[in-house]
Amino acid sequence: MLKDENRIFKNLYNDKGVDVKCAQERGDWINTKELCSKGRDWIINEIKASELRGRGGAGFPTGLKWSFAPKEVKSRPHYLIINADESEPGTCKDRDILRFEPHKLIEGCLIASYAVNAHVCYIYIRGEYFNEGEKLQKAIDEAYQKNLIGKNASGTGWDFDIFIHYGAGAYICGEETALLESLEGKKGQPRLKPPFPALIGLYGCPTIINNVETIAVVPTILRRGSKWFASLGKPKNTGSKIFCISGNVNNPCNVEEEMGIPLKNLIENHAGGVIGGWENLKAVIPGGSSMPLLPKKTCDTITMDFDSLIQEKSGLGTAGVVVINNDQDIIKCIARIARFYKHESCGQCTPCREGTGWMWRMLERMSRGEASKDEVNMLMDVTKQIEGHTICAFGEGSAWPVQGLLRNFKKEIEKKNNFNPIIKQSKNIPYLVDQHLLDKKNA
Amino acid sequence: MSIKKISKEQPDKFEFTLDNLEKVKKIINKYPDGKQQSAVMPLLYLAQKQNNNWIPLSAIKYIGKFLEMPYIKVYEVATFYTMYNLTPVGNHFIQVCTTTPCMIRGAYKLVEACKEKISPNENELSKDKNCSWMEVECLGACVNAPMIQINNDYYEDLDKEKTLKIIDQILKGETPKPGSYRGRLNTEPENNRKTLMDTKNA
Repeated sequence: MLKDENRIFKNLYNDKGVDVKCAQERGDWINTKELCSKGRDWIINEIKASELRGRGGAGFPTGLKWSFAPKEVKSRPHYLIINADESEPGTCKDRDILRFEPHKLIEGCLIASYAVNAHVCYIYIRGEYFNEGEKLQKAIDEAYQKNLIGKNASGTGWDFDIFIHYGAGAYICGEETALLESLEGKKGQPRLKPPFPALIGLYGCPTIINNVETIAVVPTILRRGSKWFASLGKPKNTGSKIFCISGNVNNPCNVEEEMGIPLKNLIENHAGGVIGGWENLKAVIPGGSSMPLLPKKTCDTITMDFDSLIQEKSGLGTAGVVVINNDQDIIKCIARIARFYKHESCGQCTPCREGTGWMWRMLERMSRGEASKDEVNMLMDVTKQIEGHTICAFGEGSAWPVQGLLRNFKKEIEKKNNFNPIIKQSKNIPYLVDQHLLDKKNA
Repeated sequence: MSIKKISKEQPDKFEFTLDNLEKVKKIINKYPDGKQQSAVMPLLYLAQKQNNNWIPLSAIKYIGKFLEMPYIKVYEVATFYTMYNLTPVGNHFIQVCTTTPCMIRGAYKLVEACKEKISPNENELSKDKNCSWMEVECLGACVNAPMIQINNDYYEDLDKEKTLKIIDQILKGETPKPGSYRGRLNTEPENNRKTLMDTKNA
């Protein structure tokens, strides 16, 4: 277990208060000027050396991302954007940072902006987090008052402004280019990449976009040194991370732990174990709803870091651990996730717009035992048609959980749905048709 | 994608109040010169707040003129995002999260409670026209599941009985206390805390 002294978010549960004075007692804002005076290259190299990987889901090395920003500001200003559009089912870590550790985030924004030559930072908060946004705004106002940010922020000679922009309930705006569109006052539909936002982003200007947690850990890394951060966790998967453990556990909670902690340890130690005991475990979704689930036998031994989970054909994602026990119908659980993706698809690419609905309808019928034998393979085919054929990663995000279900619980689905298709193959039905729409009796 | 219904009854006119015009100025100043289109989302939100929690078409037109945007561009934004209500909702707007992490902890029991107390169907005003409810996708409080959002506040760690009580209070015109309903501190593990012990109760 991670020692308390090595935890970055000391106020994760709000034991102590959030105002600037309390934050300073916890070590925020102490030597911001000194850190910045060591120069942009030093900051970026420290972050590179710490091997910090983005905490928003994709796990891209943060230092590398920052180094993509042009070294000098030319005619176009640079922007820093904080992605606080936390909407991945199973994830609620950024919410706690916004409301209880806002000064870590604000200080991180200043340092990151300094490193990438940005004078303006926008924090894009999901619209539902209105109260959290108000709390953050209060912290920003405080920081302005104390001249920690603003003109000559913290005495660094750098002018720096932070603005909050609220979303309005669109999951897709957590995708970085959709977020940019939304911030420009359009509907949130992702852009094609390249060009990447680091060169052409907000208003066509160089833009660095980072998750809340990524930016909030930056000041602590610089203060305690990249070596300290890299000593936690595993090589290439360093540091600590907030895990959100929800679902069928006795004590669902958020907890900061070392990367690479065994999943079983995380659930048994912090979340009070699976309801009904470890043997009652059915599956775990390890990284928010987009990541394929892990069956129990994998959960016994798996460690929670980017690379081990990829080996198990899943991923760490946002580290939102959803525990599902044997009392639940696993097909129903994934069907509900499929409904989520159907609801949240932005509608830009056809495979995703149509496919998410197909997957949902097929899974709903499968959960009721109303699908035919061959539909199980057809469902797999639908996921393959979506995956990799869309502009953004939403296609993968919606297809992977279904693939995870089919990989691990195919027998269970087939047992429940084992009758022959009503429409015979000789009728030569066009490839990939929702059969139940042709024959209402079977719907 | 979700389908949005536009209310059939529409007021003729919409204008921001003087107070809100002040706020609008501040909002537009957040964005660079000439990029006032960025303010469309906050302005729609402000219009919704001013107009009893829903946005009439006249407000969409008004905002379009205000920001020098074509009407259809504003309309597009208003229909894309789920948090903009284009038909009247209750003063107390209850949103029940039913996505998987909440579902497996019994979110549909909370839906039952809403059906019993408010209206049998989603997006329908209660008898006193004061309250409406709907099922929504993940609200991002998964470790406090199941939960509901009433206007801006989160009510967490609920079950059916607690929800019934909360709705009763709301129907009576009281404001129940937001937060966890099992008495735990935010997102800490209930009765099982093993971390940050030196700051606990300090």
